[in-house]
Amino acid sequence: MSCRTAAPQNFFTQDGTKTSVLRLFRNRFLTGLCIALSLLTLVPLFSIIMLVVKNGFPLVSVALFTQLPPPPGLEEGGFANAIVGTFIMVGIAIVLAVPLGILGAIYINEYAPTSRLSAAVRFVAKLLTGIPSIICGVFAFAAVVMTMGCFSAFAGGVALSILILPTILLTAEQALMGVPYAYREASFGLGATPFQTIFRIVLPDALPAIMTGVMLSVARAAGETAPVLFTALFSANWIQSLTEPTASLSVLIYNFAALPFDYHVKMAWSASLVLVALVTLTNILAQIFFAPKHR
Amino acid sequence: MRTADTPTSQNSLSEHCLELTDDFTSGEVNFIKVEDFKFFYGKKQALHGINLEIPSRKVTAFIGPSGCGKSTLLRNFNRMNELIPGVRHEGDISIHGTSIYDPSVEIIALRRRIGMVFQKSNPFPMSIYENIVYPLRIAGQKDRSVLDETVERCLRSAALWDEAKDRLHESALGLSGGQMQRLCIARAVASRPEILLMDEPCSALDPIATAKVEELITELKKDFTIIIVTHNMQQASRVSELTAFFYLGNLVEFDSTHKIFTNPAQKQTEDYITGRFG
Repeated sequence: MSCRTAAPQNFFTQDGTKTSVLRLFRNRFLTGLCIALSLLTLVPLFSIIMLVVKNGFPLVSVALFTQLPPPPGLEEGGFANAIVGTFIMVGIAIVLAVPLGILGAIYINEYAPTSRLSAAVRFVAKLLTGIPSIICGVFAFAAVVMTMGCFSAFAGGVALSILILPTILLTAEQALMGVPYAYREASFGLGATPFQTIFRIVLPDALPAIMTGVMLSVARAAGETAPVLFTALFSANWIQSLTEPTASLSVLIYNFAALPFDYHVKMAWSASLVLVALVTLTNILAQIFFAPKHR
Repeated sequence: MRTADTPTSQNSLSEHCLELTDDFTSGEVNFIKVEDFKFFYGKKQALHGINLEIPSRKVTAFIGPSGCGKSTLLRNFNRMNELIPGVRHEGDISIHGTSIYDPSVEIIALRRRIGMVFQKSNPFPMSIYENIVYPLRIAGQKDRSVLDETVERCLRSAALWDEAKDRLHESALGLSGGQMQRLCIARAVASRPEILLMDEPCSALDPIATAKVEELITELKKDFTIIIVTHNMQQASRVSELTAFFYLGNLVEFDSTHKIFTNPAQKQTEDYITGRFG
């Protein structure tokens, strides 16, 4: 009892005043620094969005989404063909890369996680993520454009699929790894085959995370210029077939921004805005659509 | 070790069981038969020549300190251990007189006839309904009425029907810990297995949930042969008719639970039961 009454009054304040003030100050300073740096990371994003909206919005009209680009000098028209072209090429990339990436991830994570083949696939995929996008374009140019003898939407799609395949594969593998082993154990314990376990339990649970990876890659693919530039080239007309030069938003921005015509430069800004809006919209829709249902 | 005194303990086992229950003869005495079973994780030997005969429609408890091999043996009955790379076994386990390692045995069919409940409840991230019908769906059952009927039957037999009937299509992950474990039991009996393996089913539950699961085990033994691994000796004495004591990968003693807990033949068993080690 006497010990308690004799306890110092400042038991929960600090004893040595000098160090406590210093510690308090350091604590507040570092917290403030962290907040400031977090805000700083938002600056580039918001400046880009503001700039794109400010320069791109004035020209936004229905015509922009329904008409073809005007010949140099004229001041009316849109870039509907480039929007369609981007959708088609990204679509081809998705059709080629997503099944391959997800099935590859299933193999290396579920069927043979420790095999040499899996180790090789993982290693190569990691290397491929670092490959400059223009190299994908060069490869697709040599492999598809040269053999088919024409620039085409198909070649552009192939170039983009090579670009996104490793990212999809690696993020899908991570997503599958995140599925608790207990689910697999429960499923096997109930007499499920590996196939049933993967397609009924593991894959549905990993799907939101897989789709996040897919959407990030698709967003990247939609904005890439280099792989499309010399595989799909550009076109001022509507797309008629997959085996002819095709317009895309990114190449349109690249081409028109450098033209000496004021209207075309403005169209490049608007195209940037549309591209950013499309990518954002797709991401939000994917988040809503693939949100985990049971958590 | 048991191998030395097999005949005597066999007799005493039968005697004690006869004392405990009248209908013992109606079940199969050697429903599950383990013969000189050895098991290895890589180079490490986890089981050293186990011999054991488990009767049907009884609750058999496996007790022993951590790492004694009781879970390893349990997970061999439905060949779950084979999911781990680098394992191998020697000897044999047979059920109904058929070796589970016979080339003609389909591992999928085997696991459908042997339900398993795990230490940590592991419902799938789906609705309560879908969790229970999963074993039927993977077996290709599509008939809605059969599925509905199974859900009710299993939830009732797991004493979960009243709590869950109004939320069948809600996520199973919204249930409490005890309810989740009972859901896993319901799911384990959905494909009408004959044997129910329970790997420390109550170790993550509070006393009230534990009591419910134990009550359930007593209820379920009418229809199933239950083998339960437990660290809780009171639990073993409460729910089981037979108890096997394992130590360092050996079966030290196997007898009626009453005998094991009141008058064990082996010194090691007595030391463990009385809490002198482990």
